[in-house]
Amino acid sequence: MATAHAPTASEYVSHHLGHLTNVKQTSLVDWSVIHLDTMFYSIALGLLAVFVMARAAKKATSGVPGRFQAAVEILIEMVADQAKGIVHSPESRKFVAPVALTVFIWIFLMNAMDLLPVDMLPTLGALVGINYMRVVPTADLNAALGMSLAVLVMCLYYNVKIKGFGGWMHELFTAPFGNHFLLYPINFAMQIIEFVAKTVSHGMRLFGNMYAGELIFMLIALMGAAWAGTWGSGLLWVGHIFAGTVWAIFHILIITLQAFIFMMLTLVYIGQAHESH
Amino acid sequence: MNLNATLFAQFVVFFILAWFTMKFVWPPIMKALDERASKIADGLAAADRAKTDLALAERRATDELRKARESANELRGGAERQGAQILDEARAEANRIIAAARTAAEGEAEVAAQRAREALRDQVALLAVAGAEQILRKEINPAAHADLLNQLKAEL
Repeated sequence: MATAHAPTASEYVSHHLGHLTNVKQTSLVDWSVIHLDTMFYSIALGLLAVFVMARAAKKATSGVPGRFQAAVEILIEMVADQAKGIVHSPESRKFVAPVALTVFIWIFLMNAMDLLPVDMLPTLGALVGINYMRVVPTADLNAALGMSLAVLVMCLYYNVKIKGFGGWMHELFTAPFGNHFLLYPINFAMQIIEFVAKTVSHGMRLFGNMYAGELIFMLIALMGAAWAGTWGSGLLWVGHIFAGTVWAIFHILIITLQAFIFMMLTLVYIGQAHESH
Repeated sequence: MNLNATLFAQFVVFFILAWFTMKFVWPPIMKALDERASKIADGLAAADRAKTDLALAERRATDELRKARESANELRGGAERQGAQILDEARAEANRIIAAARTAAEGEAEVAAQRAREALRDQVALLAVAGAEQILRKEINPAAHADLLNQLKAEL
């Protein structure tokens, strides 16, 4: 910060939580606003993911695989096995399994941005005049909900495709409580709640984990920033190193786990769309 | 924590990336994996086949060996038998030749003895006549006594 006074803790945190936007967002929901930082990092990481995998795919041989090919194959076989166990239609798996793979690697990479020093990219951005930057796309509710919404659309698509529109409508009104005209409204309400709850929780879980993780990294960074030559601030500085190490190591688990959970839920929700009640 | 158009942008990006993966990443790698699996299966089957082939070949080799040994034994037996036969034949032939030679020699000896005996007889007769001549020079007329002399010769 080149300004005359150092930012206070709350200024520091709220600055870090500010997105780079095209226009400043004033209301809670504003469809004319777009988060440029989220879009940049998510697209860049998504392209990185698919091109690295495409490189492996291009060189893939049925002979003895190299280490890189073997690593990609391990990932793909893991996803393929999970997909096979959850989605029972081989025709649907042709699209659903690649979706699960993409989701896993993409979200893993986006989560992994959390492990970069929390001030590194924003400070570099500030040098070229970009004053707000969030580098973890999955810590943006829009990104997480955008992906869970995509999964919802796939669920609806497969519901109609597998059961037919009439069949799906029948299910919407007769499951889970039974086929009776008095139960139709209750069934329908339950189904709608189920879809909304699935989608919101799907996105919110990822967003919540990553947002909280990012916030804790910021608080840890504040500890180190408190260094002022006194005893107490010295302890905080040591605390920064200790807590930062512990949290980063723990976060390796969290980012992988959250990516895996998002992928598994994607498969489970789409698998449910294939099953009639 | 605001909702905005980022949500829809992310939604679109999601499907573009998923489509890309489905089109260019998933199929080649799955193909390679399936091909490798079938290659490995083929290799294992080939190894099995080779093992049974080997066992078969070993059995055939033992058979051939046994057969060769048998035929060699047979050949040796035959040769020995034939050799013995040839030897027997040769011995019989030799015996025959010896016997024939002996008979021929005996015959010849007989003839020679006969001839010698006759010659001896003539000479004895002549000697006797000569002796008698010496003794009876004057009394015996060879012409008159020819009958007597011939009779004598025949008796000898």
